[in-house]
Amino acid sequence: MAEMEAKKEEKHSKRSSFWVWVMASVVFRLILVYFHKNLNLSSRPEVSTPLTSIRRLAEGYWLKQSSMSPYAGSMYHGSPLLLSLIGPLTVQRIQGKPNYLLCSLLFVLADVVSAVLIRATGQKLQTAYSQSLKLLELDNLSRSSEILSSGDVAALVYLWNPFTIVACVGLSTSPIENLAIILSLYGACTRLPSLAAFGWVVATHLSLYPAILIIPLIFLLGYGLDAPPRKLFVKRTHGKGGDNPSSGSSCQQEELLIQIKLPLTFSWKPVMHFLFWASVWSVYVLALCSLSVKQKGGLWEMFKSTYGFILTVEDLSPNMGVLWYFFAEVFDFFRNFFLIVFHMNILFMILPLAIRLNHRPCFLAFVYIMISSMLKSYPSVGDSALCLGLFGLFIFELADMQFSFFLFSGYVGVSLLSPVMHNLWIWRGTGNANFYYATAMAFACFQIILVVQSTSAMLNHDRKLRKLYVTKP
Amino acid sequence: MANRVLSLLIVCQVLYSTIAFGSVLDIEKEDEEFSEELLLKPLPDRKVLAHFHFQSTAPPSTSFGRHHHLFPKPISQLVKKFRVKEMELSFTQGRWRYEQWGGFDPISSNNAKPPGVELWAVFDVPQSQVDASWKNLTHALSGLFCASINFLESSTTYSSPELAFRPDLGNLRYGTLPREAVCTENLTPWLKLLPCRDKAGLSALMDRPSIYRGFYHSQRLHLTLTGSGLEELDSGIVLEQTLTVVLQPSSWRTGKSYVDKAHSQPSWSISSIFGRKVGGKCVLAKSSNVYLQFEKGLVGELKNLQKENANPETNKLASKVFLSNLSFDLSVNPDKVFEEVDDFHSKSTSILYEFSVEKYNGSHPLDLGLTWKIPVVWSCQQAPLHASRFLMGSGNERGAIAIYLRSTELSEGLKKSDIVDQSCELRVNVFQVVPWYIKVYYHTLQVFVNQQSRAVADIMEKIHVSPSKDKTSPGVMELILKFPCGLESAALNLEFDKGFLHIDEYPPDANQGFDIPAAVISYPDFHASMHFSEDGSLDKSPMFSKFQEKSLVLSYTEILLVPLTTPDFSMPYNVITITCTVFALYFGSLLNVLQKRVGEEERFLKNNAGRKTGRLSQLLSKFSTKLRGKPREPQPSTAVSSSFVSFKLILKILLVAGIAICWQYYFG
Repeated sequence: MAEMEAKKEEKHSKRSSFWVWVMASVVFRLILVYFHKNLNLSSRPEVSTPLTSIRRLAEGYWLKQSSMSPYAGSMYHGSPLLLSLIGPLTVQRIQGKPNYLLCSLLFVLADVVSAVLIRATGQKLQTAYSQSLKLLELDNLSRSSEILSSGDVAALVYLWNPFTIVACVGLSTSPIENLAIILSLYGACTRLPSLAAFGWVVATHLSLYPAILIIPLIFLLGYGLDAPPRKLFVKRTHGKGGDNPSSGSSCQQEELLIQIKLPLTFSWKPVMHFLFWASVWSVYVLALCSLSVKQKGGLWEMFKSTYGFILTVEDLSPNMGVLWYFFAEVFDFFRNFFLIVFHMNILFMILPLAIRLNHRPCFLAFVYIMISSMLKSYPSVGDSALCLGLFGLFIFELADMQFSFFLFSGYVGVSLLSPVMHNLWIWRGTGNANFYYATAMAFACFQIILVVQSTSAMLNHDRKLRKLYVTKP
Repeated sequence: MANRVLSLLIVCQVLYSTIAFGSVLDIEKEDEEFSEELLLKPLPDRKVLAHFHFQSTAPPSTSFGRHHHLFPKPISQLVKKFRVKEMELSFTQGRWRYEQWGGFDPISSNNAKPPGVELWAVFDVPQSQVDASWKNLTHALSGLFCASINFLESSTTYSSPELAFRPDLGNLRYGTLPREAVCTENLTPWLKLLPCRDKAGLSALMDRPSIYRGFYHSQRLHLTLTGSGLEELDSGIVLEQTLTVVLQPSSWRTGKSYVDKAHSQPSWSISSIFGRKVGGKCVLAKSSNVYLQFEKGLVGELKNLQKENANPETNKLASKVFLSNLSFDLSVNPDKVFEEVDDFHSKSTSILYEFSVEKYNGSHPLDLGLTWKIPVVWSCQQAPLHASRFLMGSGNERGAIAIYLRSTELSEGLKKSDIVDQSCELRVNVFQVVPWYIKVYYHTLQVFVNQQSRAVADIMEKIHVSPSKDKTSPGVMELILKFPCGLESAALNLEFDKGFLHIDEYPPDANQGFDIPAAVISYPDFHASMHFSEDGSLDKSPMFSKFQEKSLVLSYTEILLVPLTTPDFSMPYNVITITCTVFALYFGSLLNVLQKRVGEEERFLKNNAGRKTGRLSQLLSKFSTKLRGKPREPQPSTAVSSSFVSFKLILKILLVAGIAICWQYYFG
């Protein structure tokens, strides 16, 4: 009894400490927002890409206000909905306060909401996972109660990640995009097809690349949350049933199995719901967009200057990605070929990953997000922030990942070197473009290693489970 | 009733036909005309302005068909082919100094041009075909004038202003090439359009070295259609070719040594500034005159000086001749003297001396000279505001363009005169074209009036912005501003980001930077015009009839040079290979991880190990049996092979050595 009390107390204190950290991160952000002018983060190439820059959004809003199409120049490439949501906030100025105060408050709010959603998702994942481990009688593997839960870790990693803070304070719109992605994951994890569809549609509308998340979302809704490989359960029901067919315990187990809806069969109903809701939301979003761009250009112009701009990599200003310098240097007649190749690189990996990781849809979503944030045409720190935040959800499964220290120091090193190289090149004129490009390449390599190692660690984890299950007496 | 209507109709028809017949007669009576004029004007900063004006007119050419006597055929073909209604092309070197050389007279508002090439044209074609006509026109002009005007073909270089640059003209296209170098190769084709070229008449003065030595050099070609213009053949063409040069006269005659050397004006003559004399007129020219103009400020100053020096009795008889005798000498007596008719009734008006070239010939050339007797200081008439433009910020990422307007004497005068009238306003039009790689944030437009920030809406009367599209069109900003009269200074500020270009889009000297064409600042409430109509004899002169037209006062700002960052031009291959390697790394390693199966791997490893041991033991056993059975066989084979290899090697070495020896022997 006393032990239980102590545990409860501990849990309570843990929870309160979580909220303290959340509050601390908010306060930290607000302090940085107040010094926004001095930090000048909003013009950093790592923070504001042509798609997420608040200045371009303000320009689009100005064009819209002066009765022109926001896509009239090649300044704004975001969604018209974002324009009518954030646009008014860019104009309103409070005397004596930083210029974009209201915007920054909105982005801070978006960050906190995403963190809370990540935490909720993490808790869902953890309970489901420990349940399925219990089912396999591998309880000793779930040691979540001893330290902080993975949801808390992921949320705090997301909130305190310097990338997230910089993206939030630097007024890029990526916190909103991240919020949409996380919302769709949360909706799928809590089996709310309408919410998942909403998040997916909005995220796709904002930045196109989350479209590939439809596969993990369908898996999540069809099979349920992340679990050990499905074969083990099948083996378990068959094997144990064969051993002693009339035993009560196995019946009980099977009941439990049905009770918690273990991912043995693909349930079509929620998937159908999801698809239905997705079409409803996309029609809704398109209708809103067409309303707001009706006077000038219409939907076709919107698609051309948002999705078209993303896919054709027209803007060659430097960013963290690998494509800008490539397309600034490549010969014009190869341009289309390489555009196709680079975009296909994202699509090529979808199928193998989906086949291999279909029992872990959340992790699959993480890998997809990671790949698209690495190979997208205008990546920013906001995308990396989302990846690293989601990475926190799987810390227990990925505990024996290789090169983790190397990766950590690589991330730190690149994120320190990249501004230095940019300064040398752009401001001082002592370096050249290759310096900055080299850091971008290094960053891409580290991201590749992270993806590959985390995938292999997850597969190894599955192998370990299988081995443990097989060798279990 | 019907009868009456019929008769009325007949009368009308008769009337109409007589009018038409008369007009046809009129047209046939008109002939192609050519006239040449030269205006010389001393400038306050010890320089001389020489303004050549050649005008050729072609009447509506129904009677002549496609042939011309005087009018250049290529120009008329150009007009007919591309249906140009009005066009102006200027080649300029050097910058017009509005503060010293004036900004409020017809010469400065018509002939002060931005450096490089400026071309604007109005077309008489449907809206959809204007761009095609423009493209063809640029190519034709490029061939005609030996210049890279064809670069104006690309849609990134030209714009179609609507508000602030000659708004009443319709289908207008405007383009500039700020970095075009102007030299004799452009002047020669321009001179070819004149009937006498530079062989006779005033154009013979254009000695290339002396013209291009000047501080400012602007050669301009302006053509307009006259007449109804409803039908192609129904309209005549007026081609106006001007060359405006600002020259520094070398001290031609060491006059009296003045106490104040700085204020002394240099004395000059036509032969001293051009190195040639006017040896008669071009025989084909209808009129050929040289004018010497003294500006308002100069005349007023001279009168003042005269009052100081002369006794009051002679002052009563103050005539122009007297004026000339006291303070300066003209080497040739003028044929006529005109005085400007001023609307403002100010105390002094500018004076014009006319010299007719007809009297002179090769043996008795005209060499007009001006010798100053007393030092004189004056200033030119200024535009209401003095405009300058500059860049702000450092680094290659972003910056800001600032247009700074400062009040001049004229606007100060306005301020004094209209101090009672509170609603007094000064309207200023700004027209600025910015290339697409300068990505201007128009929402950051800030206005400072008298160094205080003001809301943009208070100052702005109208704004028209067409933002730049990447690689498609330049950004055009047209503003109509409304300043209070008490304006001392005003500044407009616009922020921009610098774009990054593909390596093929950089010019060969990429690190020099990119030019932003000059902005045009005009004052719609002010018009410059000059009237010298004392006896109406000057009305026949095309140059002065041009000066009499009200021309908008406008000034061009400086051209801005923006440095952009460059990629490394030398390593496209490296970038392609490195990037592709990273992609391959990603693809390969991820696929490898995914297709690896632990169980199979272990089996594979086991199999491999087994196979290896098996093969090794087999080999060993084979070797041992062979050694035992036929111990000599393997050894000779290896010996043969080794000897063979060494033989080959020796052969090669010998060959190389032989070549080296030969080389040494023959070429050493």
